[in-house]
Amino acid sequence: MHSPFERALKFGFLGLAVLSLSAQREPVLVPEVSQSRIEVRQGFTGANLLLYGAVIDPVGGRERTQYDIVVVLKGPAEPVRLREKDRIAGIWMNAGSSDFRSVPSFFAVASSRPVDEIVDERTAAIYELGTDFIQLSPSGEIEPEEQNRFAAGLVDMRQRAGLYKVDPDGVRISEGVLYQARIALPSNVITGPYTAETFAIAEGRVLASATAEIEVAKVGLEGQVVNAAERSSLLYGLVAIILSLGMGLIAGRYFNRS
Amino acid sequence: MDVYLPIANLSVNGLFIVLLGGLTGILSGLFGVGGGFLTTPLLIFYGIPPTVAAASAATQVTGASVSGVLAHSKRNGVDYRMGAVMVGGGIVGALIGALLFNVLEALGQIDVVISILYVVLLGSIGTLMMREAATALRPGAETAGSQPRKRRHHPLVAGLPFRWRFYRSGLYISPLAPLILGTLVGVLTMLMGVGGGFLLVPAMLYLLGMSGNVVVGTSLFQILFVTMVTTMTHALTTKAVDIVLAGLLLLGSVLGAQFGTQIAMKARPEVLRLVLAAIVLLVALRMLYGLGVQPDEIYTVSPL
Repeated sequence: MHSPFERALKFGFLGLAVLSLSAQREPVLVPEVSQSRIEVRQGFTGANLLLYGAVIDPVGGRERTQYDIVVVLKGPAEPVRLREKDRIAGIWMNAGSSDFRSVPSFFAVASSRPVDEIVDERTAAIYELGTDFIQLSPSGEIEPEEQNRFAAGLVDMRQRAGLYKVDPDGVRISEGVLYQARIALPSNVITGPYTAETFAIAEGRVLASATAEIEVAKVGLEGQVVNAAERSSLLYGLVAIILSLGMGLIAGRYFNRS
Repeated sequence: MDVYLPIANLSVNGLFIVLLGGLTGILSGLFGVGGGFLTTPLLIFYGIPPTVAAASAATQVTGASVSGVLAHSKRNGVDYRMGAVMVGGGIVGALIGALLFNVLEALGQIDVVISILYVVLLGSIGTLMMREAATALRPGAETAGSQPRKRRHHPLVAGLPFRWRFYRSGLYISPLAPLILGTLVGVLTMLMGVGGGFLLVPAMLYLLGMSGNVVVGTSLFQILFVTMVTTMTHALTTKAVDIVLAGLLLLGSVLGAQFGTQIAMKARPEVLRLVLAAIVLLVALRMLYGLGVQPDEIYTVSPL
């Protein structure tokens, strides 16, 4: 099998050859994604995304640096209102709420070691290398303490839904050059543009980074259904009614005859 | 068998949904109710977003009731005049329901209102049915029950102005009564994703005092039209009708309904009513439990 990984290998060595001609001091990251487009169609139960590539050392560095790789995959961000249930008169109902302006619909971090062993908290926060560091852009007048509780609740909820996750050994590095990260997308992902950011880190410093885009789209019948429901709602409603009337009538007639 | 639901935006076990539709179909064949009161909560427990569950269940009820309407109309079991008045009310009710839905959703209280409605309505109807069925099943009830109950409408209904004749129902009452009844049920159809048969049938019998042989047919007639309007309203406003979900539910329910009709011909009606009452009460209790116990999910997200 001609795996994407093998292709990356070739690609990587080619890159190495080209780069060795120019004198470079910072390492270079060459990222590749197994699929630049994920199609959500009937029977979609999720997808496995393979992000791979090579870290190319600056020329002349005989003593090879040991890099750590962290990959962050983010789904399209949306503004949301988060509501919190509380017990009021014996009933659990929505009480407080908080608004966030940019909540990624999907957020996954894969790394070659636990992130807290790779970088300090400040660096992790800058590059959003963990679910605690997602920049949710809270808005509205609300006390910071309460804001934190809401943010933690949101992250926890998304984590249990499989939409936010951290995998401290989701990246495999071979020969100190090639890396390979696997991130599983569940079936309930939102469609839209996703970005995968890859960071090469050594001695607590981000030395190189690169971004790849992945498009998640509903296609085929599924895409058409969503399109029809959104754009030609009247027709869609009629089709739904006719479908239910038709199925009811056919079943009724068929069974009454037999 | 994994099936991806495009509007609900998640993958479900298709067989499970068909079986769920089948279960409600059996109920509708057995008791002449749409079964929406069972579909919607079960879909929500399964993880379908509440709005999508309510909208798609309404679509399913249309299919489940159409063959019933035809069967009843063949044996003159539908009072079209009464039905038309109630449908008129039902359409108004569905539109009011859509407004309420939007307001409650903006306030973030739609879920709790739906749950409370379920607990109150199913709880009270279930208790009434249970009591009635238990009385009928008690030994010696046959002789006492054989004396026909005197049919009369509620004094409130008698007090309303204008009177129309409803020949098939054997009534001379104000059309306002069925209009108001239809409106109320229309609101519930939109909010709860139920046809409202479990509410309409007793109300038509005990409030309006309609003749028993047209009650089920006329109730199905109203349900058929109001669920069609509800499907359309949802398609235009909430855009939450999942046609794949509705199709799977329908597949199960049209088959289940035939099966239910077969059982209904063999079983004792009192026993059937007792079983229905027990199911209705179970759903109400499950909903009550959900309201009183700390939910697994404290937080909910809604788009801004």
